[in-house]
Amino acid sequence: MLELWTTYGIWTAMTLMYIGIIVGCVLTAVAYLTYAERKVMSAMQRRQGPMTVGPFGLLQPIADGIKLFSKETIIPSQANKIVFLLAPMLLFALALMAWAVIPFDKGWVLANINVGILYLVAISSMMVYGVIMAGWASNSQYAFLGALRSAAQMVSYEVSMGLIIVCVVLVTGSLNLQDIVEVHRPIWVQIMLLPMLVVFLISILAETNRAPFDLPEGESEITGGYMVEYSAMAFALFFLGEYSAMIMMSAMTTILFLGGWLPPFGIEALAFVPGIIWFALKTAGVLFFFIWSRATLPRFRYDQLMRLGWKIFLPLTLGWVVLVSGMLITFDALP
Amino acid sequence: MVVQALAFYLFASILVLSAFFVITARNPVHSVLFLILSFFNAAGLFVLLGAEFIALTLVIVYVGAVAVLFLFVVMMLDISFADLRKGAMQYVPMGLVIGAIILTELVMLFGAWQFAPGAGQNLAVPVVELVDVTNTEALGQVLYTNYVLAFQVAGLILFIAMIGAIVLTHRRRPGIRRQVVSKQQAVRGEDVIEIRKVTTGTGA
Repeated sequence: MLELWTTYGIWTAMTLMYIGIIVGCVLTAVAYLTYAERKVMSAMQRRQGPMTVGPFGLLQPIADGIKLFSKETIIPSQANKIVFLLAPMLLFALALMAWAVIPFDKGWVLANINVGILYLVAISSMMVYGVIMAGWASNSQYAFLGALRSAAQMVSYEVSMGLIIVCVVLVTGSLNLQDIVEVHRPIWVQIMLLPMLVVFLISILAETNRAPFDLPEGESEITGGYMVEYSAMAFALFFLGEYSAMIMMSAMTTILFLGGWLPPFGIEALAFVPGIIWFALKTAGVLFFFIWSRATLPRFRYDQLMRLGWKIFLPLTLGWVVLVSGMLITFDALP
Repeated sequence: MVVQALAFYLFASILVLSAFFVITARNPVHSVLFLILSFFNAAGLFVLLGAEFIALTLVIVYVGAVAVLFLFVVMMLDISFADLRKGAMQYVPMGLVIGAIILTELVMLFGAWQFAPGAGQNLAVPVVELVDVTNTEALGQVLYTNYVLAFQVAGLILFIAMIGAIVLTHRRRPGIRRQVVSKQQAVRGEDVIEIRKVTTGTGA
């Protein structure tokens, strides 16, 4: 028994500490992402944004958090209570689980598993359950419509995301996220992957239900979509889960296309900056794209969204997989 | 080893329990949710076996795609639970027969392993030792190099089944206006707008 403690006890304690650090960082990042979103959008719309709580409004996210904590949780009487409360917890837990395999810097990863990228795809494909369960359990038409829209949308865009990931995996020859970052990519391969980066960026907007693909919560049509009936902490969990998924998708883009923790464009002179800073900067750049497109683009119509996913992205990415693998074989560049 | 055994019993017991609730839950949506839980625990068991690729494929394909569609359909159905209960007993003999057949097959399979050690040699072993490569690579070797013909034929059969399903269910409904994006894009200002000079007082 003592042996068990010395073997697993220290390991468990260390892992729990790492998990604590990662969750703390992610939640802080989520809080300040909401602040950044409001500030960036207000700057784009020539407004001030939050500015009264703390210097430059920097304490606004904390004030919002306290407000949501102190509110009353309302459960509709006709709702299926267990599923109703389970849905936001599931979404939030999944959004945090994904961070287990993200490498922040060389060797800075909680679980360095061989199939890291598949793990991320699996987690993001399960996020849809949080939304469907919430919509169904609320027992309200608006919520149910939002859930149906969201499910169809997430399933459709997952297909093209999966094919893009296949392209990247063909180039790198590994499903391990650290290897994906570190494998050297010739310049023509990088140019080949550029169109896929564009499609991937659009797909992650749809996958995280963000504007211009935020139909599941379209205020003007179905009031608030699947979140209509939620209040207080349950709502906060949805909110945190959604923003954490946004940061996770940005980190995934960084790892797949932007070179993770390596300095940009392979400039050796910039290697003195710690890798985690590059990782954070690149992720923040993708997050800026999220906010930018929300402030710029009007919402899609639902059939246009489906057409884009199935009739444009799916054939394009499928053809690109064939093209990339053909070129890799022709130029003998298979890893 | 203790931890692995504990994890096995945890996954296995949740798997069996949730599979039990799939068939006993009163609400069909709860049944599907329990089904998802059991898929998930089966994936956990695969991870314990060291088959991480199969585990994650199980989650992506079954939990992420198949069960979503199940849930979709079950939620859309307008189900009256009383009607559902009424006819349930008539299916019991059929269910028992199918269950008995599957149980017999499992027992025979297990018996073959036990009593005829030679049966194990018919198994397809990974061509490369798993020590050298990850099990994703070993699977790829088996599927795409050693058994590529069988794999492609299976893919072709699935493809034909898919086309068949689409042909059977697709119907062209008359009287529906479809959006043709290329046509919309090709419209020019001159085709749809006519600018006329109208003098004051003469326009109608």
